[in-house]
Amino acid sequence: MTFNQTHLLGIEELHPVEITTLLDRANAYAEAERGSREHGQPLKGLTQINMFFEASTRTQASFEIAGKRLGADVMNMAMSASSLKKGETLIDTALTLNAMHPDLLVVRHPHSGAVKLLADKVNCAVLNAGDGRHEHPTQALLDALTIRRAKGRLHRLVIAICGDIAHSRVARSNIHLLGKMENRVRLIGPPTLIPPGAADWGVEVYGDMAEGLKDADVVMMLRLQKERMDGAFIPSEREYFHRFGLNAEKLSFAKPDAIVMHPGPMNRGVEIDGNIADDINRSVIQEQVEMGVAVRMAAMELLAGNLRARRAA
Amino acid sequence: MTNALLRNARLIDPEAGSVTLGWLRIEGGQIAEIGQGPRAGGIDCQGACLAPGIIDIGVKVGEPGERHKESFRTAGRAAAAGGVTTMVTRPDTATPIDTPEVLEFVTRRAQEDAAVKVRPMAALTKAREGREMTEIGFLIDAGAVAFCDGDAVCPTRVLSRCMTYARSLDALILGHPQDPGLSHGGAVTSGKFASLRGLPAVSPMAERMGLERDLALVEMTGVRYHADQITTAAALPALARAKAAGLDVTAGVSIHHLTLNAFDVGDYRTFFKVKPPLRDEDDRVAMVAAVRDGLIDIICSMHTPQDEESKRLPFEAAASGAVGLETLLPAALRLYHAEALSLPELFRALALNPARRFGLAGGRLCPGAPADLVMFDPDIPYVLDRFALQSKSKNTPFDGQRMQGRVLRTWVDGAVVYDRAQGAIA
Repeated sequence: MTFNQTHLLGIEELHPVEITTLLDRANAYAEAERGSREHGQPLKGLTQINMFFEASTRTQASFEIAGKRLGADVMNMAMSASSLKKGETLIDTALTLNAMHPDLLVVRHPHSGAVKLLADKVNCAVLNAGDGRHEHPTQALLDALTIRRAKGRLHRLVIAICGDIAHSRVARSNIHLLGKMENRVRLIGPPTLIPPGAADWGVEVYGDMAEGLKDADVVMMLRLQKERMDGAFIPSEREYFHRFGLNAEKLSFAKPDAIVMHPGPMNRGVEIDGNIADDINRSVIQEQVEMGVAVRMAAMELLAGNLRARRAA
Repeated sequence: MTNALLRNARLIDPEAGSVTLGWLRIEGGQIAEIGQGPRAGGIDCQGACLAPGIIDIGVKVGEPGERHKESFRTAGRAAAAGGVTTMVTRPDTATPIDTPEVLEFVTRRAQEDAAVKVRPMAALTKAREGREMTEIGFLIDAGAVAFCDGDAVCPTRVLSRCMTYARSLDALILGHPQDPGLSHGGAVTSGKFASLRGLPAVSPMAERMGLERDLALVEMTGVRYHADQITTAAALPALARAKAAGLDVTAGVSIHHLTLNAFDVGDYRTFFKVKPPLRDEDDRVAMVAAVRDGLIDIICSMHTPQDEESKRLPFEAAASGAVGLETLLPAALRLYHAEALSLPELFRALALNPARRFGLAGGRLCPGAPADLVMFDPDIPYVLDRFALQSKSKNTPFDGQRMQGRVLRTWVDGAVVYDRAQGAIA
């Protein structure tokens, strides 16, 4: 088995072999989840703390279920309501928690780089559940697993990532991952939502859905992150939907068997037509959620294994 | 002892642009005589470089208000250890230096505690808020050498009035060229790196826009103007045009923008968060060339002490600024070792030009000038340890980096204020 990480902070640090290891393991969990649900409790005796400095429903629930299925003792801390309000710094919060000897720390934070800052101060395994606009590695991994299962491979695919790239950590992690696995990645969006310098990332940038979606195998829609925007990025939601929202007409430019993905939560009628999202022949959005639990189980199991090995050494 | 003879020294004369082996005699705190070749007696400098003391025009001291970050004593010690003989201090302290009374406090504290000369700047507008101008006349009488609002950008109408008024008193105004509308919230320079790291970024164009505005106002009012930091290639043509048109304009750059670039931020290292943010390598190279060509006149440290807590935060939330008094010369020597700038070119930007621009007596190596001197060996290699710095705050981006060149001795008015063999003296 090849997975040599202490933490899972981003896709950028992972080797393609590590990604494959993780996806193989996750796929096994996904199958077991659909069948026996016997996982052998590999996290038994370990404590998992979910620290979410930013509101989250699905990611937090997914990590919690993943931990519980594998036998971990899971605790959720809603950090916005807690010590931060009393003026404690992130590092002090980390040190305080560290003193309680957790084994797995799942962290989401509104600032890019904050999870790494925290990981440097603790001696347990840290999983990044999203830091600012930087990375969201488990989301990219679950997307990759969904694609691999739907397409039968994870290389030489044309994958279009559409919409609000600028504010999206999901996009950054996906660009890293899909690039490492040797796919053609396209970014499509209005120029205000394409980050400066993106053309140097080894991707193709398009400002038009018809051109960008041409012959795509995978269409990955992103949520318009209104809460991260300060000031004018788009004129209105209806103009945005008209030019960049995914509907049947725009989807017709992609390959006939192209799949449609969305990390959720969706803004129906803003970035995606509800009928497309619900089309069971094209949309894999529900499978993405399902794979989320499997990927998080795999990531925590692999990190816990490394943690135990380090402690034994 | 303010009389001394220093012999066997490489004399760096920024005015003549020369480096010659010779001697220098100090008498009554002034440079009395300079000569070439060997001479008997006095102190043998063993071939070390002897240059006019650095005049650092970008120093923030934590007094008043933030003495836990830097006091006049610690700043003075850091300056002496860095070969800085005059600190021109910034008014953007926690309590802004915007009245003659506060300025007098600063002057008194500096006299009591600082090992080197201190010449204060004062705020341009009250509380640096960009609404009402300060008492520019009284502040000049109290010793203010220039006026600026630090990194706050004064609204156009207020700035035009301040400049018109300052013109009548022949006061020097420092601007911070940024378009605040564009640069608001930016922690790094926009580009491939910033976008990958997911950090809020500002286009380098914000600097050119701010500079163009300031220069138009200078043209309108005729004020003496110095752009505190020019850090992007896009801003240089505007600067060149203004100078060619005969406007009384000079420009500066911090040593960090000459020796570091945006990639140094790496994994969100907050000691590399400065204002304006570090730029691309192309910009850095263009700034070095602009200093060599004389388009950029002054190199300063932009010494901004920050305590540990304000830097131990996520990058976006961390404070900006880096200490630089002690690392200014060793970092500048990187440009000398890279053969980008000669030693006289360096000291033209570090000592001669600031003295000229701020109307100070030092900065020259000629008889009659004050004996504010720095002796250094440009070749001594070492790894910088931030905890070995004299500054109270240790937020240097050069921590753990290989440096080349050390200050051996510093004189202010002929008196030794730093001797490497003995450590800090004052």
